[in-house]
Amino acid sequence: MTAPALSLKNLCKSFGPAKIINDVTLDIAKGERHAIIGPNGAGKSTLFNLISGLYTPTSGTVSLNGTLISGVPPFEINRMGLSRSFQVSNIFANMTVRENVRCGVLHSMGQGYAFWKSVTASKAVQERTYEILEHCALVDKANLPAALLPYADQRALEIAITIAGGAEVILLDEPTAGMSHSETDRAVDLIRRSTEGKTLVIVEHDMGVIFDLADRISVLVYGEIIASAPPSQIRGDAKVREAYLGDEALPEETV
Amino acid sequence: MSETTQSMQNVGPTSGAKFRQRTLPILIFIAIILAIPMTDPSRTVYTLVHQMAINIVFALAYNMLLGKGGMLSFGHAVYFGLGGYYCLHVMNWIAEGAGIWANFPVFFLPVLGFLAGGLSAAVIGSFSTRRAGTTFAMISLGVAELIASGAFMFDSLFGGEQGISGDRMNGPQVFGLSMGPMSDIYWFMAFWTVISIIAMYAFTRTPLGRLSEATRDNPQRVQFIGYNPTRVRWLVFTASGAFAGLAGGMSAVNYEIFTPEALSLIPSGFVLIMAYVGGITYFVGPIMGAILLTYMSSMMSDFTEAWLLYLGLMFVIIVMYAPRGIAGIVFGVWDGLTGPDKGTYIGRLLVQIAGMVLMLIGLIVLVEMSIRWSNGYGEVFEPFGLHLGTTNVLTWILIIVPIGAGAALLRRVNREKEEAVA
Repeated sequence: MTAPALSLKNLCKSFGPAKIINDVTLDIAKGERHAIIGPNGAGKSTLFNLISGLYTPTSGTVSLNGTLISGVPPFEINRMGLSRSFQVSNIFANMTVRENVRCGVLHSMGQGYAFWKSVTASKAVQERTYEILEHCALVDKANLPAALLPYADQRALEIAITIAGGAEVILLDEPTAGMSHSETDRAVDLIRRSTEGKTLVIVEHDMGVIFDLADRISVLVYGEIIASAPPSQIRGDAKVREAYLGDEALPEETV
Repeated sequence: MSETTQSMQNVGPTSGAKFRQRTLPILIFIAIILAIPMTDPSRTVYTLVHQMAINIVFALAYNMLLGKGGMLSFGHAVYFGLGGYYCLHVMNWIAEGAGIWANFPVFFLPVLGFLAGGLSAAVIGSFSTRRAGTTFAMISLGVAELIASGAFMFDSLFGGEQGISGDRMNGPQVFGLSMGPMSDIYWFMAFWTVISIIAMYAFTRTPLGRLSEATRDNPQRVQFIGYNPTRVRWLVFTASGAFAGLAGGMSAVNYEIFTPEALSLIPSGFVLIMAYVGGITYFVGPIMGAILLTYMSSMMSDFTEAWLLYLGLMFVIIVMYAPRGIAGIVFGVWDGLTGPDKGTYIGRLLVQIAGMVLMLIGLIVLVEMSIRWSNGYGEVFEPFGLHLGTTNVLTWILIIVPIGAGAALLRRVNREKEEAVA
């Protein structure tokens, strides 16, 4: 049996006396699309920060493809094949869209910290940048400063930078937050195409998106995972309904 | 595949635009450099142009940090000074014919300045660039104070109050330049300025140059595209220190003397002002700033005692009303003149200029009158045969009326502009 893409073991994170993540254990298999849901303040973003290396766990471990990554700096985790997006657009605002994507491509194309060659010298970098722009439908906006992009396109750029390095494990933090229905549909389509054959972990509030995309859903409440199962079971889980879904209407099962 | 390549080129700037924006300016710059000696310049002009060349390289080096890297340094003269000091020591070793140095041409001293500046920046940067923002700024200030005051203590290295002096007319000649006359030094300056400008522009186009901008915009995200922002900052800081050291080497050859003052906070502040006034968001900004401020600092003192006051005022006004600096103003005016609504733009521009000139007249009268009064020699400001003393009513009319009228004009233009937008 191969090691799971991501494996969290007894993961805890406290800020002072506040226990934000409390004994989370979770395995996410390669190629799985895993959603994490939970009420506001449940610790979803903290969990992402722990996995991606922004925070060091108080106790417990995170492994990527069987390699221990807790305590490893984020840029090294990224080089090991894990990439993440952010809840608020976290782009290079003063650079053009193309330059944003190109920055995301550089390291995976072996450009390192080079200062002896032009950034346009590598044909592979240019081609990969173009592929990503095309993939995310940003080609016609390539030369706009990123700060001037409409909101939905900024979110698409956020995803573009995240996938540019070709990581095998992708973490998306509320990629459709604040989007209209049609924009959400396009974003979901982009996410589906971008994570084909890859491992996806997604935090999302839009239940439609979750039940549409995910193979498995984990419900995080007060820093603990109270259920982790395929969407059909989560829908019927009494504990989940009580703790989180409450009176919120779940989308009807469609065939 | 060929289709992809085709459309890929459409994504980037066209070769025509590249020529206009990159190659053409440097060709014009080189043409100006070649043209200056043909006018048979005086010593004063040479002195001024050489100082401009040094400041252009120094200000561009500084802007690698501030504009492109987002690091505000209050002590960049340290690397300028250390590079310059090292060059002066080598200049003296060349004169003594000491060991390997006997055959080192003075013309290539800036290379050693580059190495010395880069090395010292690499050492100091190894701890100062761990944090960006205020922490970095404060460390740069502390290090500058430390090294400047240390320089006064270590006499054999820094020469104490008198500094270290040398003689550039030793060692082998390169390009047939004896390095004696001003006209020889001119070509030395031209060579190193052009090389540095091209090299620093090229730097912005490299992966590291791009990452530097990315780190300035968003250090957190840089971590998640596989780069260590601390490492990026350190490398950029080292490169910036190296070019500052190169400028120091140019200065060492030009003046044949370096004193510990050169490492102090005053030149560190001046380079910040040059870069900022010129416009830190543009590559050419610091070049413009260096040319203007060098000119002002050496020429305006002939016209008025209060030139430092005018300089300070200009800095404050630019920071408040034109944060993109002179380059921003130049490009803004150019865009306006070539834009669709030319007529309105020119009209507004003329009113703005009129407003600013009026305010300036009032301000000049106020400053010049005050400084003479404050000196207490009984001198009186007498422009165009007018006798503008402190007790003359005309003086106060000439202060209040133009300032008031100018301010009113500027306000009106701004209101019109806002209404047009709304």
